[in-house]
Amino acid sequence: MLPTDTRSPDYFHKVVDCQWACPSHTPVPEYIRLIAAGRYTDAYMVNWQSNVFPGILGRTCDRPCEPACRRGRVEKEPVAICRLKRVAADNKDDVQALLPKAPAKANGKRIALVGAGPASLTVARDLAPLGYRVVIFDGDPKAGGMIRTQIPRFRLPESVIDEEVGYITGIGGIELCLGRRVDSMKALLAEGYDAIFVGSGAPRGRELDIPGRKEAAANIHIGIDWLSSVSFGHVDKIGKRVIVLGGGNTAMDCCRTSRRLGGEDVKVIVRSGFDEMKASPWEKEDAMHEDIPILNYLVPKSFTHTDGKLTGVVFEKVKAEYDAKGRRKLVPTGEPDQNFECDDVLVAIGQENAFLWIERDVGIAFDQWNMPKVDPKTMASTHPKVFFGGDAAFGPKNIIWAVAHGHDAAISIDKLVNGEDINRRPPPMVNLASQKMGIHEWSYDNAISNDLRYRVPLREKNVALKDVRLEVELGFDQKLGYLEAERCLNCDVQTVFTAPLCIECDACVDICPVDCITFTENGDETDLRQRLNQPARNLSQALYVSDALKTGRIMAKDEDVCLHCGLCAERCPTGAWDMQKFLLDMTLAGPACHSR
Amino acid sequence: MTYLAKPKLHHPALPKNELGFTRRDYEGAVSTLCAGCGHDSISAAIVQACFELALPPHRIAKLSGIGCSSKTPTYFLGVSHGFNSVHGRMPSVLTGANLANRDLIYLGVSGDGDSASIGLGQFAHVLRRGVNMVYIVENNGVYGLTKGQFSATSDKGSKSKRGVQNLDAPIDLVGMALQLGATFVARSFSGDKEQLVPVIMAALRHHGAAFIDVISPCVAFNNHLGSTKSFDYVREHNDAVNRLDVIEGRAEITAEYAPGTLENVVQHDGSVLRLRKIHADYDAHDRLGAMAYLQERQAAGEIVTGLLYVDPEAHDLHDHIETVETPLNALGEAELIPGSAALQKLNASLR
Ligand SMILES: Cc1cc2nc3c(=O)[nH]c(=O)nc-3n(C[C@H](O)[C@H](O)[C@H](O)COP(=O)(O)OP(=O)(O)OC[C@H]3O[C@@H](n4cnc5c(N)ncnc54)[C@H](O)[C@@H]3O)c2cc1C
Ligand SMILES: Cc1ncc(C[n+]2csc(CCOP(=O)(O)OP(=O)(O)O)c2C)c(N)n1
Ligand code: SF4
Ligand code: SF4
Ligand code: SF4
Ligand SMILES: [Mg+2]
Repeated sequence: MLPTDTRSPDYFHKVVDCQWACPSHTPVPEYIRLIAAGRYTDAYMVNWQSNVFPGILGRTCDRPCEPACRRGRVEKEPVAICRLKRVAADNKDDVQALLPKAPAKANGKRIALVGAGPASLTVARDLAPLGYRVVIFDGDPKAGGMIRTQIPRFRLPESVIDEEVGYITGIGGIELCLGRRVDSMKALLAEGYDAIFVGSGAPRGRELDIPGRKEAAANIHIGIDWLSSVSFGHVDKIGKRVIVLGGGNTAMDCCRTSRRLGGEDVKVIVRSGFDEMKASPWEKEDAMHEDIPILNYLVPKSFTHTDGKLTGVVFEKVKAEYDAKGRRKLVPTGEPDQNFECDDVLVAIGQENAFLWIERDVGIAFDQWNMPKVDPKTMASTHPKVFFGGDAAFGPKNIIWAVAHGHDAAISIDKLVNGEDINRRPPPMVNLASQKMGIHEWSYDNAISNDLRYRVPLREKNVALKDVRLEVELGFDQKLGYLEAERCLNCDVQTVFTAPLCIECDACVDICPVDCITFTENGDETDLRQRLNQPARNLSQALYVSDALKTGRIMAKDEDVCLHCGLCAERCPTGAWDMQKFLLDMTLAGPACHSR
Repeated sequence: MTYLAKPKLHHPALPKNELGFTRRDYEGAVSTLCAGCGHDSISAAIVQACFELALPPHRIAKLSGIGCSSKTPTYFLGVSHGFNSVHGRMPSVLTGANLANRDLIYLGVSGDGDSASIGLGQFAHVLRRGVNMVYIVENNGVYGLTKGQFSATSDKGSKSKRGVQNLDAPIDLVGMALQLGATFVARSFSGDKEQLVPVIMAALRHHGAAFIDVISPCVAFNNHLGSTKSFDYVREHNDAVNRLDVIEGRAEITAEYAPGTLENVVQHDGSVLRLRKIHADYDAHDRLGAMAYLQERQAAGEIVTGLLYVDPEAHDLHDHIETVETPLNALGEAELIPGSAALQKLNASLR
């Protein structure tokens, strides 16, 4: 193999598994260290810079970082990255003074944002401080999008939404036009904005057209419509026996909300098996904790009813079969159908986009599924001034993706307005600095905690189930937050190897607790991976390979399960190993993103 | 020096041996030696060898004298028996322990100062008595612990860190071991675990006095230009006569070897030492030939490594003096005090 090029910003970035996995590339270990140091405000601001909604995300994020976390590969569970964010949000001081403000003199450019969800709000946050005049339209009476309308209050208190949406609108230069649906893209384009961002989400719940749907309509509700009615206080009760159809996170929110609005016998019934359900494992856990059974491999066939009143749902039993290519098919088992009685049904079987308001002749191309053609790097549509982001771009995802899209779209808009090529994306800002303070003193805590993942304390169940607006998670307190933060392996503190200094004494090989390091003859990657002291079987993790050493061998390090404990560097007599902190900040819209 | 304990977390695919132990289970406390010290690599090699042989840690006794090298038993086999004796006196303590309990596996760890200077007499006698043990000298040519004075194994002409030449003739412990009747004699290098680990495994499987001289650079006091015990010097002058694999039971030979380059040595306990010869005419069963070869190469400035001599059918001290099979410390009162009738019988036999 050729020696690893550690100057490419991606190399060390990939080693920081969580940051790499985070769509907006939040510097996770950096903020976790700040939490451990009790610097909650700083930890909050590191987050706010990258992901805009630390308090909201610290309660609701889909956490793509956690399955990626290295800790999960050396013991049972990853670091509770998401809930640590909340520790920063809960314990910070007043951050008003740290937030950007719109400049006194605007830059004369006007941008329209359709929808006031997290995608649009991110665009606004990135552009308003640069002097843009940002106009946000939303059909709803309050800003926040589905964060406000869909995510139940017992998971996310409204005060947190108000606070973090307020940080953005407080920047200045942002005009909120609430209660104003945009009904025509053509008309909006005619208003002469310098750019338009579409962050209108995926607002339509998928229908379930089976016999009985029309007759029993009064007690069959589309999940996301029902949840938003609950959020806005239009609905405050439901029948005693409730069936929730669907296996995604919306279904989990529907069933847990039902338990708080009078539902006593609430079930989730899903077509697929338990493990293939779309809902995150922790959402399923939370539902089951609230005494909600999840029944699998049941396909709804019809709604039963008498005198126009819903009486139950009939299901066909199926099983999973896999073809030669490993594709799953659900086939009937042949067993008799199953009937479940109920008073209400919530249908949560998927969400769809609805772009009826975008005329098809304004220069925005749509594909065969009626989705706009959007460039995933620039978020540009085929219309030079129109950009998409969030659920509107590629179908329903989650908040953190909406934020990431928002950042990218803001960069594109800023470049467009400045006459630049939007396809030339700005490189991230990186910094690599030695952490050595003394012979065995580092500016990070390199001792490895043996603690297992801490559980977030919950409000007592019978109290929690009484009030749909009462937050069920209590969050880590400072002490638990510290202990959980100590589980982080500091993957951003990189092992950096300087080949000419190495005397091949083997000290690093001997001390490494996870057998990452091997001195051996060079070879091609497949061959080398097998010849290491511990074969490197995780192909998604890089091998760090040095130049030839004095004996002609090379140093090969498998990055996979390195604990970043720094013992290799402590044991190295010549300083060939050093622990260096790699800080990567994504470049956001503004002068730094310009090519000239 | 490292203050941190080595983290408990280990590689998820870390293999286990027949006893269900991982290599990590054979480790000891974290080392306090200088970063990069050759002795730490030898500790790691001992750990690896014991793991691969699946030795029960509680059946091993590690004994040492004084010196950085003699400190190392703290850093491996944390759940084995240990005895840190006075300077140069490890061999007599080991001999006593072995006499009292012949069932343990004895591992003596010493330094060149500990064995070739103050302990030379003890070194000689333990070998000539054929005590069943592995005796490892971690040889760095200096007294590391007392800050780098030349030791008795330092080569004539080797330079100290401050540039002073050693003018005394060196003691070659390997030559002495051969002459004194050790039945397993090897030399290796801390920087070459591929050679060292199988050598230690073979020695652990040897019935008799096994001696291993391991060149082990002292990075603090003897790893500079002009030293004959530095990493660079040893790598440049290493003349390995063979490579070794240790096989438990009889395994088939799969790889192809040129005729005359492979030799299987079956030891007393059935273990097979597979010698891959690098010098086709080097005979590891010829004590005199080995001594001559060593002298000749040493004169040429080369360091001969490998398994230099082995007598697979060796006898040990217990065989010589015909002690009972049962360890002395396990004999009961009845065996130890056979009574006056037995005494009279014995006396009569001597008249
Ligand atoms: C029940 C439920 C629970 C969820 N829970 C989570 C969770 O825990 N964590 C998570 O990360 N994600 C969750 N999501 C997904 C998440 O809410 C969305 O992915 C995210 O809000 C998308 O953001 P967005 O900015 O693209 O659009 P949205 O948040 O959907 O906002 C779009 C806004 O645009 C407005 N709008 C639409 N059309 C027009 C128009 N023509 N004119 C004016 N305004 C318009 C809408 O009123 C809406 O306010 C959940 C979704 C649902 C349905
Ligand atoms: C009776 C006695 N004499 C002298 C000493 C001082 N002393 C301690 S270690 C040592 C030499 C150790 O050298 P070596 O065995 O080569 O070990 P190294 O530190 O080089 O590994 C000496 C002379 C002592 N501890 N006890
Ligand atoms: S251990 Fe810490 S730095 Fe490493 S992936 Fe997990 S959260 Fe990120
Ligand atoms: S930091 Fe060094 S010693 Fe620690 S696990 Fe990583 S490679 Fe091994
Ligand atoms: S002084 Fe020399 S022998 Fe002693 S620990 Fe340091 S490097 Fe090793
Ligand atoms: Mg010494």
